[in-house]
Amino acid sequence: MRHIISVLMENEPGALSRVVGLFSQRNFNIESLTVAPTDDATLSRMTVMTTGDERVIEQITKQLNKLIDIVKVVDLSEGEHIERELMMIKFKANGQMRAEIKRTADIFRGQIIDITPNTYTVQLVGSSDKLDAFISSLGNASIMEVVRSGVSGIARGEKVLTI
Amino acid sequence: MELLSGAEMVVRALRDEGVKYIYGYPGGALLHVYDALFQQDEVEHILVRHEQAATHMADAYARATNKPGVALVTSGPGATNAITGIATAYMDSIPMVVITGQVMSFLIGEDAFQETDMLGISRPIVKHNFSVTRAEDIPSIIKKAFYIAQTGRPGPVVIDIPKDMTTPTERFPYEYPKSVKMRSYNPVTKGHSGQIRKAVDMLLSAKRPMIYTGGGIIMGDASAELTEFAHLLNYPVTNTIMGIGGFPGTDPQFVGWLGMHGSYESNMAMHHSDLILAIGARFDDRVTNAVDKFCPTARIIHVDIDPASISKTVQADVPIVGPAKAVLTEMIQLVKESKKRPDQDAIEAWWKQIDEWRARHGGRYRTDDSELMKPQQVIEMLCKVTNGDAYVCSDVGQHQMFAAQYYKFNKPNRWINSGGLGTMGFGLPAAMGIKLNFPESDVVCVTGEGSIQMNIQELSTCKQYDIPVVIVCLNNQSLGMVRQWQDMNYESRHSQSYMNSLPDFIKLVESYGHVGMKVTKYSELENAMREAFAMKDRLVFMDIYVDPFEHVYPMQVPRGSMRDMWLSKTERT
Repeated sequence: MRHIISVLMENEPGALSRVVGLFSQRNFNIESLTVAPTDDATLSRMTVMTTGDERVIEQITKQLNKLIDIVKVVDLSEGEHIERELMMIKFKANGQMRAEIKRTADIFRGQIIDITPNTYTVQLVGSSDKLDAFISSLGNASIMEVVRSGVSGIARGEKVLTI
Repeated sequence: MELLSGAEMVVRALRDEGVKYIYGYPGGALLHVYDALFQQDEVEHILVRHEQAATHMADAYARATNKPGVALVTSGPGATNAITGIATAYMDSIPMVVITGQVMSFLIGEDAFQETDMLGISRPIVKHNFSVTRAEDIPSIIKKAFYIAQTGRPGPVVIDIPKDMTTPTERFPYEYPKSVKMRSYNPVTKGHSGQIRKAVDMLLSAKRPMIYTGGGIIMGDASAELTEFAHLLNYPVTNTIMGIGGFPGTDPQFVGWLGMHGSYESNMAMHHSDLILAIGARFDDRVTNAVDKFCPTARIIHVDIDPASISKTVQADVPIVGPAKAVLTEMIQLVKESKKRPDQDAIEAWWKQIDEWRARHGGRYRTDDSELMKPQQVIEMLCKVTNGDAYVCSDVGQHQMFAAQYYKFNKPNRWINSGGLGTMGFGLPAAMGIKLNFPESDVVCVTGEGSIQMNIQELSTCKQYDIPVVIVCLNNQSLGMVRQWQDMNYESRHSQSYMNSLPDFIKLVESYGHVGMKVTKYSELENAMREAFAMKDRLVFMDIYVDPFEHVYPMQVPRGSMRDMWLSKTERT
């Protein structure tokens, strides 16, 4: 099962390495990981996308909670939530493909953020599934480079993760 | 406010934390701190011969007192030499503060002389670690380190101090914080009352209950509560090798310790029980054997201060997160208040069954078929000569299992061993750390000729500080536990488990100014041992020749259930 774990932690040097180290030390998966400071500069918000059965996910949240730098941990997948990922994708864009890429980007509500005579760079925001769908629907285009941010998530409604 | 340099603040903070001894080894990155140590006489430094020994000394002090021990080592090789000792403490949840020197902060990352990334290297084996980036933070970091090390589930904490944080000419106002508050660290202080109530209700309806306890009873100072609770219910008690002494070893309700080399009756009782109350233990693989075959008829109540230990390997039916002492106190109260009583007939029948298993005498050693002294006989004699009241510091291997099986501990904090990491070389420095702090007590290192050679250089430290421990070396001229596995699983191909160039230990210890005794006959053992313990002011090394072919039994059959055991070389359950 795919889970999105949200973590609030002290914005201290070494805090990130503790989290990453914990995952490799205990044989947990990391599919993606994003981290940045919050509006409170002393805190960082991290989102880890991971997979595992119930027992593994329970261990992941417990072990994360044990790290001294970590203030709060929540498994967003347990409730209603929104997840987003940013992708920038650079295509070879000549001849017919130029129109095809533009059209598909429009359908997916992507934006072309850089153009040269031979390339398009498209920016797309959405769930990971949507980004995957965009790539596969342009299966005959020539992809030069893909950059994905990894998943960030937030709970729906009034639920918040703060101290 | 008094102005102190970073180096002086390190020493002063240790004093203010109530530290009497620190164990360490100087080096370039720590010279300012060592100079500050020299200029005071409240914190006494013990100079070891290898940094690993410093960490084991600090660790053993903590095991005997439940207070954090302190080690001080320099950067680079000093720090890496301390790693084994830090990992040893981490695996057994022992509170310890290790201060490591570091190169100047502006050199970090440049592969400077004696630089190593101690934060990175120690990360997986510490409860937490700190790097000092501003000298004025030293008092608060040290306060936090002690707080973290000894609260919640205890563990080692490393403080890495770059040399320029200790510069003697840069002085700052010093005040040692009175308390700590951390928004990200709030250890639990009591268990969930509803869960405890539920657990007590289950306990009072059990027909074949077992109380299974671990190091959490010792480190959680809950031995008295455990004993009262078990006596109140008249339920059988077993413990892990880390929990030995948490319940009196000579109490009739004690059925021996459990697991790979646990007693026949405790493993049988665990397998057949209908309710297990686990407290401060973590269902480690050396306890459970194959998890899928573990105690098939038992429901499990698991009390632990660390939620991550609960349902990690074995699913708990009733999880209770909390300190052993507080939870047991609440349980005692509830049992006393409850109108419900244990099912007398069922408990009587259960004890009758356990006593039958006891009578089978499974896994006890025999003396008839060999002229050689049995290692088990040596431990039984040691228990007799020291009235079962010594601090027994063990190394790792067969002798460790024999000591745990045949020395009867009636008090907590007396059995000192590396249970989780299994660190050979632990025993001698551990004994030194305890003897130094308890000079009036008998302190013995039970070791083998393999383990003792891993930290034998510490005989020199013992000479420098007059640390008169007794070393009982069960000499079987081989790495006994390795050899046992080779006998049982590799058709006795003794690959690298034979030691054929042993030193003359007697001459060796004499060269350090200590006393050596060689014992080869059982008839000479008692007198020799009494003589050794009578020499109160000398370190005595007893080189005791024992049967090299002896195995440790019982031994659980790999990937079997709790009740699948070898009871001797030919006999299986």
